[in-house]
Amino acid sequence: MKFLDEYRDPALARGLLDAIARTVTRPWTIMEICGGQTHSIMRHGLDQLLPPEITLVHGPGCPVCVTPLETLDRAMAVAAREGVIFTSFGDMLRVPGSDDDLFRVKSRGGDVRMVYSPLESLKLAQAHPDREVVFLAVGFETTAPGNAMALRQAVDLGLTNYSQIVSHVLVPPAMEAILGSPVNRVQGFLAAGHVCTIMGWEEYEPIAEKYKVPIVPTGFEPVDILQGILRTVEMLEQGVVGVDNRYQRAVERGGNPAARAVVDSVYEVCDKPWRGIGVIPGSGLRIRPELAAYDAEKKFRVTDLNPTEPEVCIAGEILQGLKKPPECPAFGTECTPLTPLGATMVSSEGACAAYHRYQRARS
Amino acid sequence: MSDRPDFEKMNCPLPLTLHTTVQLAHGAGGRLSDELIDRLIRPRFANPELDRQEDQAVLEVPAGRLSFSTDTFVVSPLEFPGGDIGDLAVNGTVNDVAMAGAAPMALSVGLVLEEGLEIAVLERILDSMAKAAREAGVKLVTGDTKVVDKGSCDRMFINTSGVGMVRPGVALGADRIRPGDALLLSGTVADHGMAVMTVREGLSFHAGVRSDTCALNGLVGDLLDAAPGLRALRDPTRGGVATTLNEFARAAGVGIRIREDAVPVRTDVRAACELLGIDPLYVANEGKLIAAVPADQADAALAAARAHPRGRDAVILGEAVADHPGTVSVVTPLGAERILPMPVGEQLPRIC
Repeated sequence: MKFLDEYRDPALARGLLDAIARTVTRPWTIMEICGGQTHSIMRHGLDQLLPPEITLVHGPGCPVCVTPLETLDRAMAVAAREGVIFTSFGDMLRVPGSDDDLFRVKSRGGDVRMVYSPLESLKLAQAHPDREVVFLAVGFETTAPGNAMALRQAVDLGLTNYSQIVSHVLVPPAMEAILGSPVNRVQGFLAAGHVCTIMGWEEYEPIAEKYKVPIVPTGFEPVDILQGILRTVEMLEQGVVGVDNRYQRAVERGGNPAARAVVDSVYEVCDKPWRGIGVIPGSGLRIRPELAAYDAEKKFRVTDLNPTEPEVCIAGEILQGLKKPPECPAFGTECTPLTPLGATMVSSEGACAAYHRYQRARS
Repeated sequence: MSDRPDFEKMNCPLPLTLHTTVQLAHGAGGRLSDELIDRLIRPRFANPELDRQEDQAVLEVPAGRLSFSTDTFVVSPLEFPGGDIGDLAVNGTVNDVAMAGAAPMALSVGLVLEEGLEIAVLERILDSMAKAAREAGVKLVTGDTKVVDKGSCDRMFINTSGVGMVRPGVALGADRIRPGDALLLSGTVADHGMAVMTVREGLSFHAGVRSDTCALNGLVGDLLDAAPGLRALRDPTRGGVATTLNEFARAAGVGIRIREDAVPVRTDVRAACELLGIDPLYVANEGKLIAAVPADQADAALAAARAHPRGRDAVILGEAVADHPGTVSVVTPLGAERILPMPVGEQLPRIC
């Protein structure tokens, strides 16, 4: 398949692996930010093929994993209400809240529907004017434009039965939080290619300068990822600091201005709690106050929220790159994709799920 | 012509009988039921066993072992590119019966119809069942129809059960698989599941993707002729190839290792899978089989499969191995090896 097979070409990939092995002279710890990259690394077995000097740690770039428990509990309370059609992406349905998940809400009679596009939720609102349609808008900068577009259209169409619970997060503040941590071990980043298609890479330049690290916007196929790793290793070995784009076919320095404008028209930046990590200043998006009528948090007053995390789960340390999934005592025993204790075991982009899915045989 | 009323020709208005949609009375056992069965169903499925109009079919069978299977079909939507719930229901049970190394001969059909289902849709689906049965060489010999209140089922559910005689001397089972056996896959994967996905609400792309629903009894016969030592057959429907391979590995207590680049996937299906983030190995097929064959008969089995129109794209996917018993692994094109686990949770909506 064109534009896919080239980037999975085994000969090209082996050439890059050889180049990485020739370049590296000492140990380096590199974080891939995006859960999609984590998944691809595991699926194609790239981590098995890299030289031992390179340690890949998996970043917080799984929107499902970092959605705060309180948001999930609130979503379930709204989804259970009479007259509500609750919509979300499939992965969100299985994420455990304090003591429930959206699938169970559905089995008790809640009208919970999986959608592939936020615009599907908008169509539902048009088709069911007598019902309240709520969309759980999660994601990084990549999904923000689509979710924002749904909200924008709802406003333009004058729909009064459409609202969103917004739990959007932003990558650069999370990278700063990781780099600024006293226990940080990350020396270079593969920046998330799809986030960069929207936002460009200019916002990473000050971070690279401030923390003296290489940041390499990277794609998702094996050849993309190996190119990103090779460039990061070259920069680390040569002591080069800065941003160097290795996802040229999709990313421009300024990103996608039209998409950014849609996002800015309905959402604004806010401080944001990340599940397992804590509040990161300026790291989230929320609905602008003048559009409060479309904010499900304000429309449906939910009280009595008492979010409680399972004690054993170490998702927070995993999301910060401090530990790897098999270091968790519950991994693969108490906590499996069927009985997840934390969100990192649920989403296909979650590091625990990726390890469980692809690596159990070897451990 | 007189202006006076003509009482001679007056009669009581009869209840409306020519309906365009299914009515509750169609399932009440009275006149409308008869009409539904006599007018719509029996003529389409006509055969001597059914035409007896008894509450059961009586089948003449040779001595031997009977393969017997049942399946219930709830696919939504009822009609999708490449098929509908009707041919799916016939082919599905034909294939389940055939996977024992049997020649399917007769099926029962249970229809659950929702009040309000368009008669035109029902007729199309019955036509498609009759056609599928004809093509598979099986008879629909007995059946039952129920109509339920609007909202009690999603338009139409079908149960089919089937029987067929197992070929003498043939004994198939996943527990017979041994390390070294080759695993043959009869063609491209994920066609059915993705065809259903593409017509779901809001997913209107990739119009070229079509379900692979078809009967495999002919192919099974050819495989048995070519590879009499065949160990196990299964059609990888719900849960896809990954699920069937895991079932094989667990049942036999062997490991299974496949090559990712050996898996045939049509380009448009693969594009749809990539777009939706779905692994084609987990997507349902309705016209494919996986055969475990002793290594020395693998070439003969592959040649026989490829010579059959329904096995044209057959491949040897991998083999059973002695290491990692109970687990399936995939060798990636880069030479890394990862596991291929059982699927978790609901991946797709109702697809069969």
